Amino acid sequence: MAKQHRPIDIDHGVALPKTPTGIDGLDALTFGGLPTGRPTLMCGSAGCGKTLFGMTFLVNGARRFGETGVFMSFEERTQDLSVNVASLGYDVDALVADGKLVIDHVHIERAEIEHSGDYDLEGLFVRLNHAIDSVGAKRVVLDTIEALFGGLEDTAILRAELRRLFAWLKDKGVTAIITGERGDGQLTRYGIEEYVSDCVLLLDNRVIDQVTTRRLRVVKYRGSAHGTNEYPFLIDEEGVSVLPITSAGLAHPISHEAISSGVPGLDAMLGINGFFRGSSILLSGLAGTGKSTFGATFVDAACRRGERCLFFAFEESPEQIVRNMGSVGIDMQAHVDSGLLKFEAARPSLYGFEMHLARMNRDIERFDPSVVVVDPISAFRGPSMEIHATLIRLADICKSKGITAMFTSLSGATDQMSEGERSVSSLMDTWISLSNIEANGERNRILYLLKSRGMNHSKQLREYRLTNQGVEMVDAYIGPDGVLTGTARVVQETREREAGVVRQQAINRRRRELARKRAAIEREVAERLSALEAEESEVSMMLEEDETRERTFTDERTRMAQLRGTSL
Amino acid sequence: MSVDISSEGFTDDGSYNLRLYVAGQTPKSLLAIANLKKLCEEHLAGRYRIEVVDLLVTPQLAAGDQIVALPTLIRTLPPPLKRVIGDLSDTEKVLVGLDIRRRDLA
Repeated sequence: MAKQHRPIDIDHGVALPKTPTGIDGLDALTFGGLPTGRPTLMCGSAGCGKTLFGMTFLVNGARRFGETGVFMSFEERTQDLSVNVASLGYDVDALVADGKLVIDHVHIERAEIEHSGDYDLEGLFVRLNHAIDSVGAKRVVLDTIEALFGGLEDTAILRAELRRLFAWLKDKGVTAIITGERGDGQLTRYGIEEYVSDCVLLLDNRVIDQVTTRRLRVVKYRGSAHGTNEYPFLIDEEGVSVLPITSAGLAHPISHEAISSGVPGLDAMLGINGFFRGSSILLSGLAGTGKSTFGATFVDAACRRGERCLFFAFEESPEQIVRNMGSVGIDMQAHVDSGLLKFEAARPSLYGFEMHLARMNRDIERFDPSVVVVDPISAFRGPSMEIHATLIRLADICKSKGITAMFTSLSGATDQMSEGERSVSSLMDTWISLSNIEANGERNRILYLLKSRGMNHSKQLREYRLTNQGVEMVDAYIGPDGVLTGTARVVQETREREAGVVRQQAINRRRRELARKRAAIEREVAERLSALEAEESEVSMMLEEDETRERTFTDERTRMAQLRGTSL
Repeated sequence: MSVDISSEGFTDDGSYNLRLYVAGQTPKSLLAIANLKKLCEEHLAGRYRIEVVDLLVTPQLAAGDQIVALPTLIRTLPPPLKRVIGDLSDTEKVLVGLDIRRRDLA
């Protein structure tokens, strides 16, 4: 057997060369991809997507990195394979025809084979070598080599040969993915992780509460740092995508720019005349408080500024939202048509949280919006820890990209905060609470700002109305009996006005009475004064008379004395 | 490269067409060829035809006959296709595998 020796950098101080898989998230969490020239074991139970992962590795290699590949299938036949991966948009047959890919189906039927004496697997080596050399392949996928254990009796020979095969692959210098079925208590059913130990990826498909989530974990990666967590990944018509959460740091750039909520009254309540760009906004409220309408208004305002918006709808279909928002005067269809607005709708129960997150992350990456609306986050049902983790990451993704994100959340009628709200409250920069007030046979809507970081915001409760021109803020009546809204507010205002009139009248009456009293008293004083004067004049008259009499008397005495005086 | 080792007076009717896949002149290959020749002379004298395929020379033939283990002996005629793997040192198993001797008699 001709062997091509190619040195592999292990002992040198150089960084381990890596081969990108073209699966963005995976390349990010392995810091570049799989180890070049070494085999990587990818294990997982049935239905984890091992084959699709392998095929994606090869197809991306051929299409994007100019590296040809060999897919050696031990399970699926060539034609089945190409049909199966066609659902991911891979035209395998074309790649084969172009000489960029070789697919070899190795089929062993135990019942057809008689064993007589010693043998080895040189035939497999010959086939693989021929396939690799025929297209100059740099990438090899062996899927699932453990199938050989079902076809051949002598496991001792098989193990020795597999060990030799993996060493041979290394010597050959191809970057290989070897898939294996998950076994009990070990990574693979036949323990081949013993032989392939440079890089081990574990795929998992877990069902929690009837919802399946696929996860990937890098178990080991010799000579390289790697993300150690379990990462959700997604297989759909767009291919495979892994969501790395390692980026969830707190180092995102911030903005001082304010962007309008689309409701002038609400902007006025926010200290900076809008939200900070890149902030997260939570809109919580009961059913029918207009959460979606606020979201749509925000989107409408952003689209009018010419910004791209992504609307994740988990409760209504896009058509329904467009129709309903038409009733409050928002023409969302126009924005959809202009390409500024994109709806992504899915039932929350369709995937697990991780899956939703992975999908949303991918949509955000592709569409590159500046505004994202998630309506509503409360649609996610499940363990609060998972909801929390999912939302943290979603909020973080948005923040790291400078996207202003608005999340709506349906509150329960009884409890103050729903599970989802409690868990995300600390993540949100602005929290707007919407509620209904039921009184006097009608329902009115009020909102207030529960919090808004970094701005001096209004602390008032405000009434708002959903009119056919959109959301309209109204000054709420705040009086001694609390906040009054709607008709009650109008009634109270009328009542206030009437009470004012009555008070005014009472004051006027008192004033008139006082004037009257003053006049009466003044009159009385005048009368008394005149009486006093009369008395005074009488007294002085009497005094005069008295003096006169005295004088007369004295005169008389004097005269009489004179008369007699002659005789005095 | 294939080497024909045919018995004298070979005919198509009721004869055995055997193809032995090997990779190079390894001891295992040589042993398998020797064992096969001996066995055919003993049990199929005049009714066999052997083709030895060296996969180091013609590797493209390996996929067609689904060769994994070496050496592999394939009976192409008479149908159905039969295969025996190993150096053919266990003659009884080879005879059973090639349907020369019935399984219940083995």
